[in-house]
Amino acid sequence: MKKLIGSSVLIIGLMGFQTITKKQASTKSKPAAISPAMLQASIERGKQVYLQVCLACHQVDGGGVPHMNAPLDGATAVVGKDKSKLIRIVLKGMTDRVEIDGEFYSNNMAPHSDLSDQQIADVLTYVRNSWTNKASHVTPAEVKRVRATIK
Amino acid sequence: MKKIISYLSLLLVITGLTSLNACAGDSLKIATKTGVAADADNAGLKLPAGFSAVKVADNLGHVRHIAVTAKGDLYAKIMGRVAAGKAILRLRDTNDDGKFEQITGLGNYGGTGIAIKNGYLYASSDEEVFRYKLNDKGEVIDPVQAEKIITGLKKGNQHETKSVTLDNAGNIYVNIGAYSNSCQEQDRTPGSKGRMPCPILDSAGGIWQFKADKLNQTYGDGVRYATGLRNVVGLDWNTQTNQLYVMQHGRDQLHDLFPALYDNQSSADLPAETMYALNKGDNAGWPYVYYDPFQHKKIVNPEYGGDGKKEGSKDFKEPAMAFPAHLAPNGLLFYTGNMFPAKYKNGAFIAFHGSWNRAPLPQEGYYVAFVPFENGNPTGKWEIFANGFSGMEVVTGTRGAAHRPCGLAQGPDGSLYVSDDVKGTIYRIIYNGK
Repeated sequence: MKKLIGSSVLIIGLMGFQTITKKQASTKSKPAAISPAMLQASIERGKQVYLQVCLACHQVDGGGVPHMNAPLDGATAVVGKDKSKLIRIVLKGMTDRVEIDGEFYSNNMAPHSDLSDQQIADVLTYVRNSWTNKASHVTPAEVKRVRATIK
Repeated sequence: MKKIISYLSLLLVITGLTSLNACAGDSLKIATKTGVAADADNAGLKLPAGFSAVKVADNLGHVRHIAVTAKGDLYAKIMGRVAAGKAILRLRDTNDDGKFEQITGLGNYGGTGIAIKNGYLYASSDEEVFRYKLNDKGEVIDPVQAEKIITGLKKGNQHETKSVTLDNAGNIYVNIGAYSNSCQEQDRTPGSKGRMPCPILDSAGGIWQFKADKLNQTYGDGVRYATGLRNVVGLDWNTQTNQLYVMQHGRDQLHDLFPALYDNQSSADLPAETMYALNKGDNAGWPYVYYDPFQHKKIVNPEYGGDGKKEGSKDFKEPAMAFPAHLAPNGLLFYTGNMFPAKYKNGAFIAFHGSWNRAPLPQEGYYVAFVPFENGNPTGKWEIFANGFSGMEVVTGTRGAAHRPCGLAQGPDGSLYVSDDVKGTIYRIIYNGK
């Protein structure tokens, strides 16, 4: 009996593991394939954009400022599947009071539509792959698509 | 005659009891002074010689301002989303160990401001101010029926907290912070011009005075006591000079918004956080000027045509004292107690919440500072009084700070209480030196 329980736990565990890897694979396969070297290059370029444009408010550790500037590290909205929402925030800025993982953040963020599609793709790829974050990259084509929907 | 004698003896007994009471009171005070056992690590704080600290409560949530009753209970105002009946917490030491074991709560509105005056507890949400009658034990008589004394105050997406303090003439002072960094046409947007005149100042960016006992007051019932203050969180009524003192949070992001005029270093160092001794009608100059502590001048903000050197109008209020930039003064308390050495009497304690807007340079603050005062004027330089709240040698990211000092209160025995709004720790700082 003990053995049975043990092996079923193992099976369920394995099943869960499989679902997770599948999920990751599906998100990753969405944007055009990217080589590890290209991904790394995008992250590096994105870091430079981050240092110049984002760091003052979102801080060097991506932790933001409690109750003011939204955290990027570990925030479900940042590493989530909806990349167009993130792109839209960079392009349009944010003046809403938002709740992220149980805390409110309300400082205004300026629009950054002056950044190029490539720069926005790079900085979001950096943000989604820094600190404890690990999520799929963002492409310039994805930024372009969202930009087209914004006046 | 017999009657008179018995009256007399009754009187004597009463007098005796009273003095006995006084003695008991005194000995209790002394016991508290020396009897409270300090934490072995002084609650993680670094303090001047002779001082020690006790963590008297922990994990209370986002505790903002605090107030202590004559009996020693502490009321804490909680910010953000609060469970019903937990917006104001009353902490009580039930076993005389100097720590708070009993916690009860009331109210259902998050907020920052809290004060006790003339038998009433005052507390604020981000739009309203309420009061509750206290009994002679300092307990709220009716926790459900709050008297709404002020309503309809402006609340934006920043600087929305409403701090309060009271004078001795029946008035309450409320900070209404400007819902903007520097009144730009587009807030916090590089190069965006300042609005002229700044329309925010009609209903925010200043201190408003209301009656402490009148119900449902709003803008029309109050007086704009002082204007040109971007955001004040720490404020206190100085009973020695009968004057309102406030700590302004100076503007952010000079480099981000005007990179041609300010580099990262100057943006981290400018402008000063400023203390003002206010009189009715004062104008501290926001958003038109900021205070440069190196040039000792009020400099025109770049949104209004400034270049980092051009001086603003002399009519704007001169600060009583300037502190390093971006430290975020959230608590101000003039110390009137007898526990601390004479140097501290009537001086100002300031809780600096700690900076975020110095990045990419290391952050600063996250400590309680002290300024010696006499008759309402600083008599010396400011100094760090209690440090170590952040738990880090150098704070690089604001979220990493373990604790951030926010509210200050003085206990009946002269202890200094400090609140932390990260984890909800209450510190009690005591003096045991000679």
